[in-house]
Amino acid sequence: MVGITSYAGYIPRFRMNRMTIFSSMGWLNPATIMNAAGDKAVANFDEDSVTMAAAAGLKCMEGFKPHEIGALYFASTTAPFKERLNGNIVAGALGIGEDIRVADFAGSVKSGTTALLSALEYVSSGSGEMAITCAADCRLGRAGSVQEMVFGDGGAAITVGKKDVIAAYKGSFSFSCDFVDHLRGSNSRYDRQWEERWIRDLGYERFIPQAIEGICNKYELKINDFDKIIYPCYYGGARKSINRKLGLEPNQVQDDLMMEAGDTGSAHPLLMLSAALEEAAVGDRLLVIGYGNGCDALYFEVTEEINSFQIRKRVSDSINRQAELDSYIKYLAWREMLPVEAGMRGEEERLTRWSMVWRNRKAILSLQGTRCLECGTQQYPPQRVCVNPGCGAIDSNEPVVLAGKGGKIVSFTSDMLAATKNPPAIYGSVDFKDGGRTMMDFTDCSLDDLQVGKQVSFSFRIKYIDNKRDTTFYFWKAVPAEEESQDG
Amino acid sequence: MADGIKDKIAILGMGCTSFGERWEDDSSDLLIEAFLECITDAGIDKKDIQAAWLGNHFDEVNIGKGGCYLANTLHLPYIPVTRVENFCASGTEAFRGACYAVASGAYDIVFAAGVEKLKDVGYGGLPDSPFFGQLSRLLSPNATAPGMFAQLATSYSASHNVPMEKVKQALTHISWKSHQNGARNPRAHLRKEISEMQIADSPLVAYPLGLFDCCGVSDGAAMAIVTTPGLAKKLKPNQDLVKVKALQISVSSGEELLLNQWDGSGLLTTRQAARNAYIEAGVTDPRSEIGMLEVHDCFSISELVTLEDLQMSPPGKAPDDILDGFYDLDGQVPCQPDGGLKCFGHPIGASGLRMIYEIYNQLLRRWPEDRLVKNPKLGLTHNLGGVPPQNVSSVCILGL
Repeated sequence: MVGITSYAGYIPRFRMNRMTIFSSMGWLNPATIMNAAGDKAVANFDEDSVTMAAAAGLKCMEGFKPHEIGALYFASTTAPFKERLNGNIVAGALGIGEDIRVADFAGSVKSGTTALLSALEYVSSGSGEMAITCAADCRLGRAGSVQEMVFGDGGAAITVGKKDVIAAYKGSFSFSCDFVDHLRGSNSRYDRQWEERWIRDLGYERFIPQAIEGICNKYELKINDFDKIIYPCYYGGARKSINRKLGLEPNQVQDDLMMEAGDTGSAHPLLMLSAALEEAAVGDRLLVIGYGNGCDALYFEVTEEINSFQIRKRVSDSINRQAELDSYIKYLAWREMLPVEAGMRGEEERLTRWSMVWRNRKAILSLQGTRCLECGTQQYPPQRVCVNPGCGAIDSNEPVVLAGKGGKIVSFTSDMLAATKNPPAIYGSVDFKDGGRTMMDFTDCSLDDLQVGKQVSFSFRIKYIDNKRDTTFYFWKAVPAEEESQDG
Repeated sequence: MADGIKDKIAILGMGCTSFGERWEDDSSDLLIEAFLECITDAGIDKKDIQAAWLGNHFDEVNIGKGGCYLANTLHLPYIPVTRVENFCASGTEAFRGACYAVASGAYDIVFAAGVEKLKDVGYGGLPDSPFFGQLSRLLSPNATAPGMFAQLATSYSASHNVPMEKVKQALTHISWKSHQNGARNPRAHLRKEISEMQIADSPLVAYPLGLFDCCGVSDGAAMAIVTTPGLAKKLKPNQDLVKVKALQISVSSGEELLLNQWDGSGLLTTRQAARNAYIEAGVTDPRSEIGMLEVHDCFSISELVTLEDLQMSPPGKAPDDILDGFYDLDGQVPCQPDGGLKCFGHPIGASGLRMIYEIYNQLLRRWPEDRLVKNPKLGLTHNLGGVPPQNVSSVCILGL
């Protein structure tokens, strides 16, 4: 049996109430009030589609050994690099190693489901035992646009394999056509839409039913054979109309997370699928549809393994971990939609020396350090000469990946002078679990969240963006543990 | 075991510019200004100088690499000139090179200079730079000096169980005292007395440090001409000789940064350099034997922890001594009688030599009454370069 073995969604911590957007930009386009309900999930200033795909991937792979993964497919329409395999950065963050097939899927928000299909076929064909699909998007709409309202940032990841399958893969149906409801040229930051009525009436309302009909015909199924229909469609009216036309009961339709996050593009069908798996019962049949220049429909049946699957809530955990972004202007500054005075300190040279990055790629991407074979001391970055003054062994060590270990705060500060897109820069010294120490940036927190001794986990983030050379550089940051609830 | 350089070196002359925002002066102007004072004080000719050391940190901002800048500015006649860089101890490193040259017998009149031109950076604070190399730039936070030193305060408070409010009170008193002393010093960068309330209410730069917890970022130069005590006595028969009693440097091994043992509440390098210096100088009870201090108060918290690292205050007790006025100008061991880095200013490469300049002139009783240390005994200078988990410390003890 081939199918899903794990799932996870990642919604970034910041949420902007859509009325915050409307109160800033509604004057320009009053009709956006129609879309102004709920929250838009907003990637932090140091997040993008690569980091969010990695965050979802790391959560998804909890309990798996990274070397068991034979293929990693990354899907996004907002990958930071046109050339330089984005999936390799994600694979590095997941600590997967380099004996692996990696591919980027792009070009359409359907790319998430297409990547998942490829992963399933990779395992089905016997090419490998396990594959992971990591999808994320961080799409921009112009200030005051509908897209700005409806797009949300987020990621999702699904592992597929043959062992401990929680949802068996039963089949798929795809069609693809050059239906240009929207497009984004290779030199554009923002997309361009054709008339909304056309996108709604011809796009979603025709293609979603067509995909469902296609898979039903192919496998001789009826729509009521499915317990959950999972499809993205950010037009509430069109969604209602589709459900009505198909005769779907409300509980048969997976919530589209528009109120909690927004449409997360390539990740969205996988995010919704993950949310469905949180709640699914043994025997449930799930139909997930990816939409964009055509459709993919994938059909799964939940197995008994779901009952022994550890930590079911891998989307709602992310939804519940939230902080309000109450400034629309700050959002514009983070996304570099508004030129801000970052100060001359921020203009200093940031040339990325790729030969150096290559030599140190495991330390950078996987937070890999060394453990001394003589005295057991763990240290980061990797040390050829053991730092323990009582040891000092040379070249007697083994690699150790620290990304998943977490640690605790030794010292911290909040620095108004340091150049950052989001002052103050918060950083400090962190002791790794099992030994070793490093100085790290902190993220997803404010000064008040920090105290000496507090636990942290590590998150793969943007370290800097070199706009002069159109280069994003990634590294790990510490995220302080959320306060435990008073009654917990 | 080597017996060190105690009493093998005498200072023949010193010079120091006023520190500050010297918008009209190049590094060369600063060097010439200090040199005129220094050579006059030494009472020798330029051609008597046999070798020179130059301390400078941000070569990229002004003077470039190598020793040529100093040789070309003063037109030194084909003598060896060596530029040294060791963070904020660069000035003391230049002095050390000169002392070793004399102590070894290789030369008998040697020149040590330090210069820094920081006000050509274009923004406040120190310039951003790959201080620990390019790889570290990828693996470490994009930190600033205040941010790195501020963490001493969070760690100090946590490890000594001293509430942050009390630490802040002591830090405020440190800055208040430096402003008191700096106001009496015509060459200091910041010459205004300010109230403790102004200091405590200053805007936060890096928690818990505010604006007045940070030293001045300045232009300036300082220098010394050193020789053997024998030659000094011949050249200056009617003057007391200021001699080097100890000069020690210690550099982080990486343990502070990489091992989880250091509690972050003080500098292991300063403790090591101080221990070595006290042995070299024969000091057994620093609190009673050292008469004045010029420590590296790049930030108020650096001064606080250094007072413990130098064994002047017992661990965890520096805040009490500070608040008791122990280190005030009229206290038992005045600390920063010239205003310190805080108010005299901090042109990095010059700072170590500026501290020695202050001790030298205090020991020779050259200052006006209102800023003389009552009982100078031995004077101690201290530099702390880099950042607390990765640093260089120097301790120099001078006496008659």
